[in-house]
Amino acid sequence: MSVEGAGPAAGDREHGVIHDIGYRHYDGPRLGRSYIQRSLFTESLKGSYGFGRAARTKVMPMLLLAAMCVPTLIIVVVASVTGGDELPVGYTAYLIQLQVVIAVYVAAQAPASVSRDLRFGIVPLYFSRPMRRVDYVRAKYAASATAVFVLLAAPLTILFLGALLTEMPLGEHLPDYLRSLAFAALLAVVLAGMGLVIAAFTPRRGLGIAAIVSVLLVLAGVQTAAQNIAVVEGADTAADYLGLISPFSLVDGVAHDVFGTDTVLWGEPPGAVGTAVFVAVTVLLVAGCYGLLLRRYRKVTGT
Amino acid sequence: MNGTVARLTARGLLGRRRALLLLLLPAVLLSLSAMARGLAGADQQLAVTLLGGFALGTLVPLLGLIAGTGAIGPEIDDGSIVYLLTKPLNRHAIVVTKFAVAAAVVTVLGALPTFAAGLVLTGTSANLAVGYAVGTAVAGVAYCALFLLLAVVTRNAVVIGLLYALVWETLIGQFVPGAQALSIQQWSLAVTERIVGAPAEQLGATSAVGLATAVVLLVVVTAGATWYAGRQLRTIRLTSEV
Repeated sequence: MSVEGAGPAAGDREHGVIHDIGYRHYDGPRLGRSYIQRSLFTESLKGSYGFGRAARTKVMPMLLLAAMCVPTLIIVVVASVTGGDELPVGYTAYLIQLQVVIAVYVAAQAPASVSRDLRFGIVPLYFSRPMRRVDYVRAKYAASATAVFVLLAAPLTILFLGALLTEMPLGEHLPDYLRSLAFAALLAVVLAGMGLVIAAFTPRRGLGIAAIVSVLLVLAGVQTAAQNIAVVEGADTAADYLGLISPFSLVDGVAHDVFGTDTVLWGEPPGAVGTAVFVAVTVLLVAGCYGLLLRRYRKVTGT
Repeated sequence: MNGTVARLTARGLLGRRRALLLLLLPAVLLSLSAMARGLAGADQQLAVTLLGGFALGTLVPLLGLIAGTGAIGPEIDDGSIVYLLTKPLNRHAIVVTKFAVAAAVVTVLGALPTFAAGLVLTGTSANLAVGYAVGTAVAGVAYCALFLLLAVVTRNAVVIGLLYALVWETLIGQFVPGAQALSIQQWSLAVTERIVGAPAEQLGATSAVGLATAVVLLVVVTAGATWYAGRQLRTIRLTSEV
């Protein structure tokens, strides 16, 4: 509120004057950037499951979470009836089988997290706070990855607890469970990154959802088809490297070599070179997504 | 049918980013087919896997989803549908026009590339190209009608449509055979099976439902969804997104 100097004494003054008209100042503690970042992280994480939003936004995430968890209950019940030391399906194999559900969750959640801010012109308001672009991107990325990780970890945990309840050997299941959690964390980071980048470039919510699912599923479909052709042709090394195409098979390969999970999809990264290539591609993919997000938010308009 | 509504819908559907996505999908199918033909030669089994699994199973549902919900969803989302609804136009005519545009887009970008991919993969042998082209065309039209209705009825149209097309039809259909009776994909496959004829059985391109049932269900779903969408548009409630 700057008012041009008025009154007889200010007549010759060039500069504008801000009059103190007696409003009370805020002189309490300022909580700063890290506090804002933490709040944005928690709110976004809660928002991706619909907490703190309208009731009907809770329906979809909860439905998808249920779709991930209900089959595990059935598996556990079946395993307890049939007995034995093994679950009928491996931890990571279970996640890969439900990759469509995971893709739909990523697609539904990423646009809800970033597209609304862009479409309703809220982003400039965020950046008028002492918050930097980096903080916004980091908070959103971390929240998105955590949300996806929760979706992946919940069924794994049910499987693990079920295995313990049916008195399967802890010594075999605990390492498998921990490895599959590492797999889930890596997959969550990769998928959240891809989802957020696509969502940030398509402010229309419906289009963003369709775009993310299309990209994830088309990549998975191309990977499977190309790998089948390569296997039929006898080009085994090429078939192994085709796992780089889809994020699911990419993470599957990295997790096999680095964490020691069983591979679910066909093939594994060939040799030490293969491992290095798979790890390098994963790191580049995540770093690329982060970089693209930072670039996207370098300039935002208020419309 | 109304020319102006059709023009505006087409322009909205083929806007920059949406068009990019709509073109990306058939481009992937064509390049995959070209690669398969180049590496593996003319293989009917491979063609069935690619056309049935990728074109009919993934490509057409996604195209139908993008075109069907995109024809009316964004307008309802940002509230600009009221400008259209205040014009002296029959609500059924609006829905039918939007449906026709979406169906045309899916046919051009889904069925034609499938036909081309079929030709690339197997030439004209066993009628596979024609069979899958017709199959994807009827599937695309039915998906458009269904997803347009979803877009009118709910704000979560895209997610619900994805759950139906991918989780119900593909994932649950694998484990629960009964689910396949209620699947646009299987109904269209029945049409494809009939056109391909005898070789369909040994190639594994068989449907879970009979041809007569499939055709009746396709017509009922397409016509019924379009009619009901028009009816729902008469009393549409505009709420803001939270």
